[in-house]
Amino acid sequence: MLSFLFRRILIALPTILLISIFVFALQKILPGDPLLVLAGEERDPETLAFLREKYRLNDPIWMQYLAWVGNALQGDLGISLRTNQPVTELMAQKLPVTIQLAVMSMIFALVIGIPAGILSAVKKGTATDYVANIVALSGLSIPNFWLGIMLILLVSVKWQLLPASGYVPLSEDFWLSIKTMLMPSFVLGTALAATLMRHTRSSMLTVLSADYVRTARAKGLVERVVILKHALRNALTPIVTLTALLFGELVAGAVLTEQIFTIPGFGKLVVDAVFNRDYAVVQGIVLVTAVGFIFMNLFADAMYYVLNPRLRGQ
Amino acid sequence: MQLGDENSADSGTLLALSDLVLRFKGHKNDVLDGVSLTVKRGEVVCVVGESGCGKSVTAMALMDLLPAGSATISSGNLDACGLNLDLTSTCLPSEMRGNRIAMIFQEPMSSLNPSFTIGDQIGEAVLRHKGGTRTQALDRAQEMLQRVGIANPEQRLSEYPHQLSGGMRQRVMIAMALANDPEILIADEPTTALDVTIQAQILDLIRDLRDETGMGTIMITHDLGVVAEIADTVAVMYGGQVVEQGAVGEIFNNPQHPYTIGLMSAMPRLDNPVGRLAIVPGTVPTIANMPQGCRFRTRCVFATQACAERPKLSQIAPEHDVACHYAPLEVNVSVAI
Repeated sequence: MLSFLFRRILIALPTILLISIFVFALQKILPGDPLLVLAGEERDPETLAFLREKYRLNDPIWMQYLAWVGNALQGDLGISLRTNQPVTELMAQKLPVTIQLAVMSMIFALVIGIPAGILSAVKKGTATDYVANIVALSGLSIPNFWLGIMLILLVSVKWQLLPASGYVPLSEDFWLSIKTMLMPSFVLGTALAATLMRHTRSSMLTVLSADYVRTARAKGLVERVVILKHALRNALTPIVTLTALLFGELVAGAVLTEQIFTIPGFGKLVVDAVFNRDYAVVQGIVLVTAVGFIFMNLFADAMYYVLNPRLRGQ
Repeated sequence: MQLGDENSADSGTLLALSDLVLRFKGHKNDVLDGVSLTVKRGEVVCVVGESGCGKSVTAMALMDLLPAGSATISSGNLDACGLNLDLTSTCLPSEMRGNRIAMIFQEPMSSLNPSFTIGDQIGEAVLRHKGGTRTQALDRAQEMLQRVGIANPEQRLSEYPHQLSGGMRQRVMIAMALANDPEILIADEPTTALDVTIQAQILDLIRDLRDETGMGTIMITHDLGVVAEIADTVAVMYGGQVVEQGAVGEIFNNPQHPYTIGLMSAMPRLDNPVGRLAIVPGTVPTIANMPQGCRFRTRCVFATQACAERPKLSQIAPEHDVACHYAPLEVNVSVAI
């Protein structure tokens, strides 16, 4: 197990290196000078020169890169050009928000998607299957922003059941925090549930016609055990990988949903930073989410390893 | 081993399947057309025939293992395990499957679940039908592994299927099937996927277990070598019908149905080598194109007008039934060919 993980991490390292180069280079290639944004209307050559010196923009590119990576490794992702706050601090503020949203969305996605997928595979060709597929298809095709606005309109404005927008930290008021996050995570979760449902269904259909499922039936096992033990266990492997990747995407931020429900998460942070040409923040966020994504991948691999006895022998 | 004496008149009969008629959804013809089979205590019944003749379907239908809703049964009665089941409306209860009637399959490589240990998979069958604790079930699993000739059974219990060879996996399947001391074992081409030496070992194993427990066995095969090796009685199937059945000696030495005669003469023999093996001309018609009457008549050299009417399976000698209007033949054809 450890050597398996170790190998995976070794493979991940060059990827992270490449991403760091790419992220750094992207900023340099993009048009627009952040200093002009920073200096405002003044554009006094002396101020510009001072700022250039301050942010070490006169150094050769590779030195800038090395300085950036060196600092990043020490947990210093620079200072926001806009707010003068350290980037790590900015992200630390947004991270709990994004994580809470991602976890709650994933719970919605799993609780709806997997049982629906199993059900529609087991009842293939029946009304249940068709209904589940139509619902899943609409889940995939209905845009998040539309569903979000409709939910706000109905649940918050008309029925006044849940807060329409905003964010309350968990530590401040647990239930209010959950309630506020309920609608946005439902919106995000249902879209993912549709993807999960489709994958679970096809994975289950493959497994249900496997010889070992027939063996399980021949043993006289009741259908529930045949499906939930023998079939599901094998159908779940690709689903676990998919879930980890979807979770990585969620953490990277859900721009539209965060915008609609005015949630101060990663998505909003990155959009604001891009518009403001806030170099350090964009670099920091992209780097951190990319590394996070790679770690979710690693996690998926590890789960795959745990679920698949054939890998354990190696 | 107790047996459903209360229902079967002949206490030696473990299983009697009669007049099974089955049709797959979306087809216009019956895939099985009146199949009957009888298995007595300690008897090995071999069901032989070409691919697609319905031998596996018969076994699957009997065990209720066909995919749900894929077939309709319009006639059929199963007398086994002390139950008398009208297969058109009921099926074999899952309490009986893997308990008093067990089945093993052709594909040992894929018939075991890759995600669970051998011990878990055998023990599960024991727990399902005999109850008890997990430890007891695992003890039983270990005992069964020993019995089917697997070395280091204790160690094997915690291994996964991919760590075993094909022959070992088939042994595990047999151990699993026999863990609850079934009265009847249905073996669907259990040796087809294995190489010849392993084949012989598996057949020996099945025969030994039969001798030990007195279980009845239905062995489905297309390999006449296997039949010669292990069968007590043989049922020859063609196009979803049993066309000839009887004691193994009768079938081999005195085949009466033209199809059986064809099969026998297509078999290479060490005692009577011929330059070129005979063939049965033509191919099996698809279900949609099955002729009325005798289903073999489109390929039969003896066919006449009379064959448009379906011949009944009728006794022509003790322990020998044939479904052909022209049986018994006047000359011994197996010599003539």
